[in-house]
Amino acid sequence: MADKPKLALYWASSCGGCEIAVLGLHEKILDVAAAFDIVFWPCVIDIKYADVEAMAPGSIDVCLFNGAIRNDENARMAHILREKSKVLIAFGACACGGAIPGLANFSSREEMFEWIYFQSPTTENAARVFPQRHTRVDEGELELPAFWNTVKSLSQVVPVDYYLPGCPPEVQSIELAVQALVTGELPPSGAVIGLNIAVCDECPRERKDKKIKRFYRPQEIIPNPDECLLDQGLYCAGVATRAGCNARCPQVGIGCRGCYGPLDGVYDHGARLLSAIASIIDADTAEDVEAVLETLPDPAGYFYRYYLPQSLLRRKARENGQKKSAAEKKPAAAVAD
Amino acid sequence: MSEPRVGIYVCHCGHNIAGAVDVEHLSEWALNLPHVVVARNYQFMCAGTGQELIENDIGEYGLTHIVVASCSPHMHEKTFRNACERAGLNAYLFEMANIREHASWVHPNNRSAATSKAKALVSAAVHRVLKHQALEPMRVDILPATLVVGGGIAGIQAALEIADAGYPVYLVEREPSIGGHMAQFDKTFPTLDCAACILTPKMFDAGAHPNITLLTYAEVEQVEGYVGNFHVTVRKKARMIREDLCTGCGTCWEKCPIKVVDTVFEAGLGYRKAIYRPFPQAVPKYPVVDAQNCTYFSTGKCKACERFCPTGAIDFEMQDEIITLDVGNIILATGYDLFDARRIPEYGYGRLPNVFTSLEFERLTNAAGPTGGKITLRDGETEPQSVAIIHCVGSRDKAYNEYCSAICCMSSLKFAHLAKEKTHAEIYNFYIDMRPIAKGYEEFYHRILAEGVHFIRGRVAEITDEAYTTEEQGKLVVVAEDTLIGRQRRIPVDMVILAAGLEPRRDSQNVSHMFGVGCGDSGFFTERHPKLDPVATVTEGIYIAGACQGPKDIPDTVAQGAAAAARVLGVISQKQVQLEPVRASIDESRCSGCRICNNLCPYNAIEYLAELGVSRVNGALCKGCGTCVAACPSQAITGAHFTFEQIMAEIDGILIDAGDYEPNPIEILA
Repeated sequence: MADKPKLALYWASSCGGCEIAVLGLHEKILDVAAAFDIVFWPCVIDIKYADVEAMAPGSIDVCLFNGAIRNDENARMAHILREKSKVLIAFGACACGGAIPGLANFSSREEMFEWIYFQSPTTENAARVFPQRHTRVDEGELELPAFWNTVKSLSQVVPVDYYLPGCPPEVQSIELAVQALVTGELPPSGAVIGLNIAVCDECPRERKDKKIKRFYRPQEIIPNPDECLLDQGLYCAGVATRAGCNARCPQVGIGCRGCYGPLDGVYDHGARLLSAIASIIDADTAEDVEAVLETLPDPAGYFYRYYLPQSLLRRKARENGQKKSAAEKKPAAAVAD
Repeated sequence: MSEPRVGIYVCHCGHNIAGAVDVEHLSEWALNLPHVVVARNYQFMCAGTGQELIENDIGEYGLTHIVVASCSPHMHEKTFRNACERAGLNAYLFEMANIREHASWVHPNNRSAATSKAKALVSAAVHRVLKHQALEPMRVDILPATLVVGGGIAGIQAALEIADAGYPVYLVEREPSIGGHMAQFDKTFPTLDCAACILTPKMFDAGAHPNITLLTYAEVEQVEGYVGNFHVTVRKKARMIREDLCTGCGTCWEKCPIKVVDTVFEAGLGYRKAIYRPFPQAVPKYPVVDAQNCTYFSTGKCKACERFCPTGAIDFEMQDEIITLDVGNIILATGYDLFDARRIPEYGYGRLPNVFTSLEFERLTNAAGPTGGKITLRDGETEPQSVAIIHCVGSRDKAYNEYCSAICCMSSLKFAHLAKEKTHAEIYNFYIDMRPIAKGYEEFYHRILAEGVHFIRGRVAEITDEAYTTEEQGKLVVVAEDTLIGRQRRIPVDMVILAAGLEPRRDSQNVSHMFGVGCGDSGFFTERHPKLDPVATVTEGIYIAGACQGPKDIPDTVAQGAAAAARVLGVISQKQVQLEPVRASIDESRCSGCRICNNLCPYNAIEYLAELGVSRVNGALCKGCGTCVAACPSQAITGAHFTFEQIMAEIDGILIDAGDYEPNPIEILA
């Protein structure tokens, strides 16, 4: 046992799909278990934070860290696991780019709380009760981790060795990574483990000249099964998104959502998509352009679905161009109080 | 590679820069930027002595990169690139920081702001230049042949100039004969030369010139390639006449039983046969068979022309021929279309028989025209006693074309003269402004005034046959405000001539796309520079001449034809052409063949290789505009000299904290 490399898995701000993806290895999970000594995996084995904190620095060989960083707890665990791990891998789209939790960066923490605890149609909260950082109960004082105004990717908080994108990473991508880890044939540090080509490369649909007169939402048309979805007016991020999933979504008639993120060297996935899609809109006048864009609701949400925190933009501009609030500079400070 | 060594040269530009930017402080400060070994400031960097500073320093300090902080690259990038080349440094290891237009001129009264901004710009240039790569221009051999598209006077002039200089020319014309609109005219203003007398010798020369290959009744279908090496596909429509046998004797059209209204050459006023030659002086002399109206093609019988042809030149089996041409340069001289006067219903053209267009009148008054030069009403007999000529029909009108068609004032004056001379009718010219602006034109206007022609200043509201008075009975009434006397006029006349404006050819958008030249909203082709480069286009090797560039009269058209020819001859004489190395390239290992870029290239430089599943940029066609670079979703396309690293370095450079600049108090006192 002692000779086997030590593996840790952690779940920060994410949906849990990445954990399922690891279990999705099916019987190959036994190979992982055979190859590694799993020392930390809160989802599967009973272990406390204190146990990890007690480990010696560098005593974990590989840590697969999934989820974005959106509160103090996520950040604390990121720092601890960074210190304890020789190799830290950002596992899944949330850790790599902020992904779906990162869409919160289109609003502020105050706006979000306002909606969730007071305004949303299913909420009745006349007493205006909402989470406090500190709450006194009979047993003593409870403390909640501070909730950040800006969601971050893992690498924006601690240095990351490798990236394994995907929502969640496909089995073949995980196998590729496990293989590399087991054999030690790792790419240069800082690299994405996977292919450096776009989803279109893996997509069997036939592509023609692109000229889009209007966009369709998936429920509006039944796409031709052999032709490029984008050519048919279905938004598809496959043109700008890293391959590795074998074009799973486009293969079944759903446009790529972009979860594998941009290719190497791309600074801003959303900007790439924006300029690519804008380039193929078939319209001559400003009014025509507006009319085409009307058919693409929430373009920012489409283009930046998985990589907003990791983009050049990072988040919606603060109102009146105000500087970072003290709360943001020190996220440990109060939550909405 | 050894450490880079950067030299910085800050230009005073007299007071243009030094008046607002502290150039001494700037050059001193710049020494702290990465890898900078020399930083100087000098009164005029563009002067020979300024350039020598750079050249000497490159030798003395072993400089590997140069930054000049001065004016816009539009002004002097070439100057400083050449200086680098002379000193043995690749021209692309140079970068310019524009501290005049971007700093001193926009902050003339704020020395602190101007100097701080100049620092940021210099820092950006230094960071950027360190990422520059040496680039070599591409050299391409130039094919000596030239394609001229359009056989009007512009195309004929251009073809003759080039052919006379000893180079081969292909002259492609859509109609059966060259000659264009000018061949339809009677007289030309202001000298009243007979159009045919001055045009037909040129047409004949073009037809007979050993260096000119005439391709009439033919159209360009496809253009590929780039300056020096264009590959052009031309469809030569089936004439049904064997040119090697035909003598142009005319027996065929004499015998042809089918009469057709000639809507092209005779503007609908005369007839031709189903086998016809558009006009007697046509070049080439061979007729064509109009298959749509020919009895043989509809019923399979007749062949009268074939039976009577003495040389057996008629060939009903003839098919369209596809010809490919390899040429080094192309001149577009595709001319204009006349504004369709039916679009202004209140002028009654097409409804009121005695309203004529300018082109119809040209045919009426032409001695070789359908009436033998007799000016008559639509009945073909009655001579008009009074004629109204309406200027600016469809021109200078926001509802149609906003521009001035340039030729209508003069042709209207010409019509007035011809109508007066031949019919002694009362002539009324309705004009907005008289614009006789070229040599001899104003004098011509005065001559027509002296001939007793009436001029009424005002836009015509309506032409009607509804009479208010007995005097107006049976006449056309021209209703207009006479703005000089400030009242409404109703002038009854027998005949109205509409001086229809000039418009781009209906297919000019397609032509512009096929040849990769721009055309503005109006549809006229866009010249590279409206003043300084009027016959070149943005596509190297493609020139424009005549009315396809904008409305113009015959003298200007001929001048442009000759000018375009001179430009082409200039290119041919260089034997080789150098192409800017600033262009896009695709990393095929990264390209997923998504085809986003395929339709974007304004120069058709991107082709999709289906068998490899990737797109590829033809470097010789690419102009380095960067459209595809921005659009490529997987960042597989890079623009040389505008790489992502270079642009990000430039941004990093401009965002450095240059510190607050406090002007020297002594300087403020001074």
